[in-house]
Amino acid sequence: MLYRENGQFKSTYRSDQQIFPILQDRIAIALLLIAAFVVIPLIASPYLLTAIFIPFLILALAALGLNILVGYCGQISLGTGAFMAVGAYAAYNLQTRIDGMPMIVSLLFGGIVSTVIGVLFGVPSLRIKGLYLAVATLAAQFFVDWACLRLGWVTNGSSSGSVSVAGLNVFGLPIESPVQKYLFALIFLAVFALLAKNLVRGAIGREWMAIRDMDVAAAVIGIRPVYAKLTAFAVSSFIVGVAGGLWGFIHLGSWEPAAFNIDRSFQLLFMVIIGGLGSIMGSFFGAAFIVVLPIILDGLPYWFGIPIDTATASHLTFMIFGALIVFFLIVEPHGIARLWSTAKEKLRLWPFPH
Amino acid sequence: MKHLMKSLALGATLLATATGAFAQAKEQFFPLLAYRTGAYAPNGTPWANGKQDYLKMINARDGGINGVKITFEECETGYATDKGVECYERLKTRPGVTLFEPQATGITFALTDKVPTDKIPLLTVGYGLAASQDGGVFKWNFPLMGSYWTAADMLIQQIGKKEGGLDKLKGKKIALVYHDSPFGKEPIPLLEERAKMHGFELTKIPVTAPGVEQKSAWLQVRQAKPDYVLLWGWGIMNATALKEAQATGYPREKMYGVWWAGAEPDVKDVGEGAKGYNALNLNTSGQTPKVIQDILKYVHDKGQGTGPKDEVGTVLYTRGVIIQMLGVEAVRRAQERFGKGKVMTGEQVRWGLENLALDQKKLDSLGFSGVMRPLSTSCQDHMGSTWARVHTWDGSKWSFTSDWLQADEQIIKPMVKAAADKYATEKKLTRRTPADCQS
Repeated sequence: MLYRENGQFKSTYRSDQQIFPILQDRIAIALLLIAAFVVIPLIASPYLLTAIFIPFLILALAALGLNILVGYCGQISLGTGAFMAVGAYAAYNLQTRIDGMPMIVSLLFGGIVSTVIGVLFGVPSLRIKGLYLAVATLAAQFFVDWACLRLGWVTNGSSSGSVSVAGLNVFGLPIESPVQKYLFALIFLAVFALLAKNLVRGAIGREWMAIRDMDVAAAVIGIRPVYAKLTAFAVSSFIVGVAGGLWGFIHLGSWEPAAFNIDRSFQLLFMVIIGGLGSIMGSFFGAAFIVVLPIILDGLPYWFGIPIDTATASHLTFMIFGALIVFFLIVEPHGIARLWSTAKEKLRLWPFPH
Repeated sequence: MKHLMKSLALGATLLATATGAFAQAKEQFFPLLAYRTGAYAPNGTPWANGKQDYLKMINARDGGINGVKITFEECETGYATDKGVECYERLKTRPGVTLFEPQATGITFALTDKVPTDKIPLLTVGYGLAASQDGGVFKWNFPLMGSYWTAADMLIQQIGKKEGGLDKLKGKKIALVYHDSPFGKEPIPLLEERAKMHGFELTKIPVTAPGVEQKSAWLQVRQAKPDYVLLWGWGIMNATALKEAQATGYPREKMYGVWWAGAEPDVKDVGEGAKGYNALNLNTSGQTPKVIQDILKYVHDKGQGTGPKDEVGTVLYTRGVIIQMLGVEAVRRAQERFGKGKVMTGEQVRWGLENLALDQKKLDSLGFSGVMRPLSTSCQDHMGSTWARVHTWDGSKWSFTSDWLQADEQIIKPMVKAAADKYATEKKLTRRTPADCQS
């Protein structure tokens, strides 16, 4: 009743090929963007912004990058934390070593360095698949962990191994307050989400999906596996590297290599699995789920007066995560995004049953 | 419809009570960042229990600080920087928030950037940024009772004493087995400085966090054959290090740990295997001090104890008690200036921390006689006291085997000032003016 396409005729190819062909979808997205850009900065408390929205935005960006690699191209990667670290430290180095470097340039440079490293560690994907590739990317994770700790030039000679950035600004506009940081991260996410969506809708995206579904058949019909896999690694690492830079600069402000360790890689992989492999929206759902759930569980004692010991709450978070991952993989392997699209399908028929 | 209205009403009342709780600032709120899970939990838990028990005791015995009741809430950080930052952001907006004590050097680094804007002091007793001793640059950081530079300095002094003089260190080999994190790397600048001064060779052997896997590190120790090993570990890294030392046959008598590597959780499991291991200690342990007796009487005997009773009085538990006492005394000192019986703001507590004067008489009246040395802070000196002792494990208990050592300020002060100046230039801060010191 509400979600019908009746009367919406397309007269140009362009309007037929748009991302949101249905008017109701376009209205919903417009409302969402207004809510994100205007309403939330106005009404959200600084705590909500710094503890929930900003990590959500940055991790959604990283999950987006990982989804392109794992969900669209089918290359399992356990080294996402490493690529975030590379992006963060490369951005830090450019920002600190060259005075007056614009922050956006530093972040994009972090993405580029992460691309190079990502392609390097993506080369094994040309020979190995699945679990073996996961191990190769795990090697990337540990190698970068080691490099950030042992190679002095990575941290600009910091004796403690901890680096920090200060005085962030974009063309003179400071990025210091929670609202400014939130909007900065949101703009990055919006731009990259649009780019990613268009990439996966285009030829390269179809090549990735072909490689994911049946790589031998894809090679037979003329899709070059080298090109497809390495571009997947490249694009994914770029986005993840920029996300890493944002995580270090905007969210943490001061970080050590442990901020991008194996736990971060697992967290992003869980986001992508629970959110929905092979779906742009799935990255957002997964990130929202994984960022918000621990905070809710930790905050339960205060908000509802239920006395949970902090250690128990922490253990509970792990248990619930594990249980949910298993649940989703059994019940809905395609994640929350599939639940969402199923709901939309049902909404198209509502109130009729079929 | 009725069901819907009922649940709406319930939701509204819950919301109202929740928001109602936010409005008052009648109590002094202590956020307690702690870690009871993860690789560092064995050491973090007694520390956190000590902190909580002391607050409970002050409420039960004294009715608060000059009548102002104390409330607290624990937040689990798991020794992770991002969780620590999230806990900080969540708890800093509570009314009556006093100070933050993150229990972790990594979290300290992250919060050091945030506290000047939020105007809440950061208490880092015996850990954190060594440069933050300089109150002229680090207005909001308080590394009371010591930092890793004072600790490393005192260990070198003790080793020098053992050798018969600091000049006898020439040509000797000292290995630093350290946790590969900001915590472990912090003493390196001071050790390198001392190595230059006395001519000993410093070998740095990092151990990947969390330190469960140390076989390769101790193989390096075996090959290097150092005369002494300094252990800079935390959590399970310490017990693993001692077990590995036993396995490779390195004499434990030649091992000296920092004050975070010398407590019961580190040696209990190793038992006889750690016999002879030495470590620094900022405080005594045991259940005899009056404050511990009061905690047992007012908290544990009433069934309010946070942890098990036999944990009360252990090294880290006592340190947690001392840390919380310093926080409470800072509030009390702030109340002397800003209004007795009133809830203190973060800025007022900061002044209190900067003007602490805990002489022996005051410590005795608080019940801390013999537990720690007197401490007094000032605008330029945010450390207050640079004393510690070495204690040794004899297989079943710790006993002190050295006199009180004091860190050599001649060496440390210029290094601290240089590091603080470097920090100030990086962050574009200016040193505090004398006028600012009076506020």
